[in-house]
Amino acid sequence: MSAPLQFRDVARGRALQARLDALMAGAGRPVTVMHVCGSHEQAIARFGLRARFPEGLAVQMGPGCPVCVTDAPQIDACIALAEQGARILTYGDMLRVPGQAGSLEDARAAGARVEVIYAATQAVDIARAAGEPVVFFATGFETTAVATASILLGPDVPPNLFVLSAHKWVPAAMEVVARDPETGIEGYLAAGHAATITGYGLFQPFVERHRRPVVVAGFEPLDILSGLVRLVEHVLAGEAKVTNAFPRCVSREGNQRALEVLFRVFALGDGDWRGIAHVPEGELRLRPELAAHDAEVHFAAALGAAGPRLAPGADAADCRCGAIMTGRAQPTDCALFGARCRPESPVGACMISTEGVCRIWHEHGVGPRAVVGSARA
Amino acid sequence: MRTPLDADDARVRLAHGSGGRAMRELIESVFLAGVDDPEARAMDDGAAIRCGDRWLVMTTDAHVVAPLFFPGGDIGRLAVCGTVNDLAMMGACEPLGLTCSAVIEEGFPIESLRRIQASLQVACREAGTRIVAGDTKVMGQGEVDGLVLSSSGVGFTERVVRDAGLQVGDAIVVTGDIGDHGLAVLSARHALGLEGDLRSDVAPLNGLVRAALAAGGPGVHAMKDPTRGGVTSALVEMAEKAGVGIVLDGSALPLSAPGRAAAELLGIDPLVVANEGKALLGVHPDVLAPVLGALRAHPLGARACCIGRVAPDAARGTVVLDTGFGTRRLIERDGDPLPRIC
Repeated sequence: MSAPLQFRDVARGRALQARLDALMAGAGRPVTVMHVCGSHEQAIARFGLRARFPEGLAVQMGPGCPVCVTDAPQIDACIALAEQGARILTYGDMLRVPGQAGSLEDARAAGARVEVIYAATQAVDIARAAGEPVVFFATGFETTAVATASILLGPDVPPNLFVLSAHKWVPAAMEVVARDPETGIEGYLAAGHAATITGYGLFQPFVERHRRPVVVAGFEPLDILSGLVRLVEHVLAGEAKVTNAFPRCVSREGNQRALEVLFRVFALGDGDWRGIAHVPEGELRLRPELAAHDAEVHFAAALGAAGPRLAPGADAADCRCGAIMTGRAQPTDCALFGARCRPESPVGACMISTEGVCRIWHEHGVGPRAVVGSARA
Repeated sequence: MRTPLDADDARVRLAHGSGGRAMRELIESVFLAGVDDPEARAMDDGAAIRCGDRWLVMTTDAHVVAPLFFPGGDIGRLAVCGTVNDLAMMGACEPLGLTCSAVIEEGFPIESLRRIQASLQVACREAGTRIVAGDTKVMGQGEVDGLVLSSSGVGFTERVVRDAGLQVGDAIVVTGDIGDHGLAVLSARHALGLEGDLRSDVAPLNGLVRAALAAGGPGVHAMKDPTRGGVTSALVEMAEKAGVGIVLDGSALPLSAPGRAAAELLGIDPLVVANEGKALLGVHPDVLAPVLGALRAHPLGARACCIGRVAPDAARGTVVLDTGFGTRRLIERDGDPLPRIC
């Protein structure tokens, strides 16, 4: 059996589900935990795991979608650069995220040069072939930020390549959620791919500060189920500890080389996350040494003239993305979900990105528990 | 009910062409407005017109694809196969003849046109049919993107098979690995560099379907080719039209090794991307074995298998996937899937 299929073994999955059921039956009280990754939610939805979560166990998705938390003023800044004639490169989902004055897609329809790329290295190739300034509007968490960092450390970086960084540092948002007295999150399932870079040791101070367990989990169904079993065990036993449930990929120290690349290019800075408000040390900003490729420095005058047009961290009226991303609501609690807010006409950022929880729930038919037959007659 | 399409400033969006719910809404709201012809309103793969004791099946398709040449095929092969397959899905497995019109952008290389013409001829030979008429138009640069081909075809059948014909208890059969066409084109379009062995499945299915119909007879209740929108869109449409519910067995879905790898890497569900050489059949359980036997004996059906059933206890108009770990409803997507960021 090949590696991915081994972690999709249904019989083992059933055993883990039974263990989760038994834990919750024994608990005699509801438990609420949070994961912080769109890929976790996608896997949960894709494999239908949510339909068999035990009664009383709430698994919320936190601020785990980099596109969803990109704040409107950052979109506005990018549009301002596009309107000044810069050629914009970005990842596909970013096109539809609304700023105060429309989206990058709108700007493109109005004649701006906005192109979708799939890998940071494409930005280098495009800039090298182009004469004009090329701005890579870079988004993503620790994982994707390393890719952006590595192109800026490569040989012969084209002088006309500039990075407008919307990269985010997830642990900072976990901190904000943990400090929010309203969330009631009792434990966190941390994203395995991010932890391959940061290492699971990163979560130790968090666990000690907040007295809440963190379990690092991978993305196959058995990874997620075993991670949840460990997490619920810790919660019920009152154990505030870090557990690595993804040992085949994640170490305590993480990928030192990737971290070195990341922090040679980026430094943590404060910033606003859409729907969540101010997140101390939640932004990955280019270091002064990289100023020659920092769009915010190179185009400071143009960006200053554009100015922020929307209160930072604000959401559209009635949109509950903020409450959803901080674990205070589920997509189905929002009156707009599936009605006025749909993938083809999104209101909130969580419906735009394929990493957003509302979009994932909508496209995977997740909703109130559906009672259905089995494929096996 | 007033829909967004009724708004005074409503515009066509790209999603209206993606083969899913949005496209059906556009067709119903605009093209079928005031049309009460039941044959048109059936919105099947083609139309069946009574001719004596037989049915004349006719169908038409417009083809746009980027890039025009992709691993495993090109727009010419796509045009012939799309039309031949639409006829076959309604039971007409001997296409009498096709027409093919080309709208060409000024500056289009003649050499590319020659390659596409050769490909049209090869596909016709495979399907045992011919192109008997055509039309050519040229538009200025930027007025059309490269080349648009439009093809039509006709064929006779003794018995029309509808995509609305599913019955409770039917087995759902797919004739082979799913998603390869959409994944191969997506990979080529975005220059993702993972073509490898991943190739479009574009092929004429009339011979394969003829074999299935010969083996299953009237026990073959419904057929549809899962093109745009993939298996999900095709099955949702079949379930809605028949007013039945389908439950799929996730462990039974056939995937090619390159297709599975590309889908995992790109984070794209193979159930929602196009196939151009596969058919979905709803068959009575009594003829499941002979139909599968006939399909598997054909070179294009070696990987045919049963992937689910029409379940009496499933909600009408829904398709549910049982992954073994749990269940989820399959929902049609609007718009092309995008590779994930992280």
